[in-house]
Amino acid sequence: MHSLRLALRAMRREWRSGELAVLWLSLSIAVAALTGVGFLVDRIGHAVNLQASEVLAADLRVESDAPIAATEQAQARQLGLSTSSLISMLSSVFNGDANQLTNVRAVDAGYPLRGQLLIADHPFAAGKPTRDIPAAGEAWPDSRLAAALSVNVGGSLTVGSRDFKVTRILISRPDQSSTFVELAPAVLINAADLESTRLIQPGSRVEYALLMAGSTRELDAFRHWHESVKSAHERVAGVADASPQIGDASRRAARFLALASLVSVLLCAVAIAMSARSYVRRHLDVVALMKTLGASRGLVLAVNLWQLLLMAAVASAVGAAVGWVTQLWLVRILQGFLRSDLPPATAWPALLGFIVAVAILSGLALPPLLQLTRVPALRVLRRDAGAPPLALWAAGLPVLLALAGVVYGTLGDLRLSAWFLAGVGAAVIVLALCGTLLVRLASRVRSTAGAAWRYGIANLARRRSESVTQIVAFGLGLTLLLALAILRDDLIVDWRATLPADVPNYFFVNIASDRRDDFERELQLLGAQVTRMLPVIRGRLVDINDQPTSEMQFQDQRGRRFAEREQNLSWAEDFGDDNRIVAGHAWTAADRGKALVSLSVEYRDSLGLKLGDRLRFDVAGESFNVTVASFREVKWDSFRPNFFVVFAPGLLDATAGTYMTSAFLQPSAGAMARLVQHFPGVSIFNVGDLLAQVRAVIDKAVTAVQSVFVFTLAAGLTLLLAAVQASREERLYETAVLRVLGANRRMIFTSMLVEFALIGALAGVLAAVGSSAGGAWLARSLDLKFRFDWTLSLLGVIGSLLIVGAAGTIATRSVVRVPPRTVLY
Amino acid sequence: MCKEVSSPEGPLTIVREVSFAVARGESVALVGPSGAGKSTLLALLAGLDLPTTGDVILAGQTLTAMNEDGRARVRAQHVGFVFQSFHLVPSLTALENVMLPLELAGASDARSRAADVLAGVGLGKRLGHYARQLSGGEQQRVALARATVARPAVLFADEPTGNLDTVTGERIARLLFELNSGETTLVLVTHDHSLAERCARVLTMDAGTLLGGSNDTTTTASPADSRATHA
Repeated sequence: MHSLRLALRAMRREWRSGELAVLWLSLSIAVAALTGVGFLVDRIGHAVNLQASEVLAADLRVESDAPIAATEQAQARQLGLSTSSLISMLSSVFNGDANQLTNVRAVDAGYPLRGQLLIADHPFAAGKPTRDIPAAGEAWPDSRLAAALSVNVGGSLTVGSRDFKVTRILISRPDQSSTFVELAPAVLINAADLESTRLIQPGSRVEYALLMAGSTRELDAFRHWHESVKSAHERVAGVADASPQIGDASRRAARFLALASLVSVLLCAVAIAMSARSYVRRHLDVVALMKTLGASRGLVLAVNLWQLLLMAAVASAVGAAVGWVTQLWLVRILQGFLRSDLPPATAWPALLGFIVAVAILSGLALPPLLQLTRVPALRVLRRDAGAPPLALWAAGLPVLLALAGVVYGTLGDLRLSAWFLAGVGAAVIVLALCGTLLVRLASRVRSTAGAAWRYGIANLARRRSESVTQIVAFGLGLTLLLALAILRDDLIVDWRATLPADVPNYFFVNIASDRRDDFERELQLLGAQVTRMLPVIRGRLVDINDQPTSEMQFQDQRGRRFAEREQNLSWAEDFGDDNRIVAGHAWTAADRGKALVSLSVEYRDSLGLKLGDRLRFDVAGESFNVTVASFREVKWDSFRPNFFVVFAPGLLDATAGTYMTSAFLQPSAGAMARLVQHFPGVSIFNVGDLLAQVRAVIDKAVTAVQSVFVFTLAAGLTLLLAAVQASREERLYETAVLRVLGANRRMIFTSMLVEFALIGALAGVLAAVGSSAGGAWLARSLDLKFRFDWTLSLLGVIGSLLIVGAAGTIATRSVVRVPPRTVLY
Repeated sequence: MCKEVSSPEGPLTIVREVSFAVARGESVALVGPSGAGKSTLLALLAGLDLPTTGDVILAGQTLTAMNEDGRARVRAQHVGFVFQSFHLVPSLTALENVMLPLELAGASDARSRAADVLAGVGLGKRLGHYARQLSGGEQQRVALARATVARPAVLFADEPTGNLDTVTGERIARLLFELNSGETTLVLVTHDHSLAERCARVLTMDAGTLLGGSNDTTTTASPADSRATHA
């Protein structure tokens, strides 16, 4: 405790004298960047999951062809999950004599558990969200049903043997857009009214679903319990099985943010290492004195360890507080996108911040501090007596371990972390080599320059190891900053390009093949930009390499679904630029009529297929044996018709099927209603709302990325401060000597400006080259297209020259102000 | 004892067969030309360095048989130090510099004791000043206060007036001997003859040896003695 008291006193005194400021600042910024981004990434992850949940209208669904046992709902509630049930069936709904085959959906209070219902008073009007469901005796038909049966709010509909009053028009429900198999329009009624419709009779085809929402732990507990009780006809669908269309942009944003925060942490780590080095150099005398006054090595060590721990505690408290405030601010930015019922912030990121602070300090500051304890007391009499130098492993290993831990902890991906570390390591080596070379070159030309320049360049050469260290530090910092800036622009361009303003907002399904041209013409009359028209054929996968799928076991839930259920198949002449062949070949003229099929990579992975595998599909009782000819990566977010399974042209042409297409159009509600009346069989899906949501996500993610950049810049600045602080004392002495010898302030200023500007320029040149290489590699890991940006590189070099030159000179200008007498005597 | 160091030209003997004893309360000046080995001898006497051969016994304890921490403990209990370049900690105020040895020893009344001693050297009104805000003489007075605040049995001083003008040096010398008027043993290295002459005994060093038969092995072995003897 004696050592703690001493450490506390020393901290207070050193804080007052500003000795530790840069160390504190760097550490706080590192922790703030990590915790702030940690919160955000966590919440983006939640948001992505929630969006996927909305497609299910729940976090987890149990679906069945038979009534689901009441015990399941009871168990779910007991586990703390909120629940709701949904019963749906196909039935004809009447308005007078007019009738339409409709998906009748009986819901109870709480539906939907995720996402929301949008309602309006007219078909195809803009919807308003509601938390209500139809009251007893009420029905909410969707726009298509209302238009097809010419019914409006205030009218009535007959469902089974019961009349319902239409009180709202259903514009959208969360669980409508996941697949396009629900071809019929829908009507929502209250579950309490279902019995009175007498729709449920022996033999009628009814789908029962139990919807659940809650925490991952509760959901896992339910899944676990359900495994042991589930009946053969029950299927469980979770978030992981939901639509692949959503979330790409968000996931990339999360990864980019993690990288950005890591760059801040690395910059801070370099600043911490530099501060620790200069701290140690300045404290050699103090430690020698303490030993002379009787302090044991153990006491010196204990005091230093306490200081380290205290520093980590305070810096992580400050950093976590800043991170927490940042997170509050980011949540404000992301309001509307993130749900208000997200779990509150936990202490975990703060704890993580402390762990990271301790790790960084232990790795980067502890080895030099340990070395400090080995300073001999004799130094009080003999200035040249220093501590024995640290072995390379003792200095390097903790740094490597600490950085590896932090990098892996942040990225959570072993391969990416290893590459990142290897990249940074290679950059340091290359920077050090180039830096040494450049410093040597500079010292060669110094004889041709004027006095101030000569002295500036001489400084660079004389403090060679410090100069090279600074060039490496700035160069690395700038490389990371520039690479990040390049990537940020790429990311934003890429995101915005994903969803241009005229991306299709309507899907049209179930277009009869004989009315296909009429429909396309009608759409064009409405001013629509039609994407492509593809056939939709219902079929079932029955054999894989002659083995019946019914006898096969699939680990993957989606794979099981592919094998068990009827699915949409298509054929096409060409795949379009939103499909990329990753194996095999695109269709050629020679493939026409051949028994070949192209599969999406999701289909391949779910079923474990490879090129050349033989598949047998059953289409309306007819068997088709086909060979897998290619695999495609599909950009599902292109919002164009796309299929997991696409046959070669000429094989399925004769098969009865319908067509689907997507288009961008902004129709009036009346025009849409007319379209439905002209083509009553066509199913229309408005994905405009979903698109608006995805666009909002992107815009908000861009803001989030920019805000995290502030941390990175702040980290760069502390690095500069640390570098200047490191050589301050030496400069103080040299400047005093120069002034005694007759140098004026102007000459000293110029020489310092030359020195810092040269360091800045050299670091800038190296960073411009390094960032382009690093950016290209990082772009690949983030699935971005890399564009070389020479203006940004040039800006980096000039900016580095100006900023390092000016900031270095400003920060050391006090050196010239101190009277030589004070320094020399 | 002897002290040898290695150099590019081979081993170099800095202190050669030196043996003497200093009695409690005695004042001894080590004089001699630059490079004679005075400061090295002082470092050996205070246990800051170890002789190549021979023993150093301080306050009845054999420093040469102890490890670094053991020697530090002996210094904490018995030794004070004054340096030519003062060695004040720049981030600490005058008061905090003087408190340092007491704090290291875990004393609870460090602040009041340090303030008293500083008042005693005439710096009662400059407690909150940092080293850079003090003149050379004032800095050395702070260093003196720091060296004596724990009431050490032995005070080592390395050129205590070396960085000061004559008048200030004289003032510091006077203070040094006032503080030494009690039972404190004083061993100082100096070039200043007037300072050396104030000491009870003057030992002259040249080329690592003590000149003029000053070697003295016939002192009493009281516990507070500081003495160096042949191995």
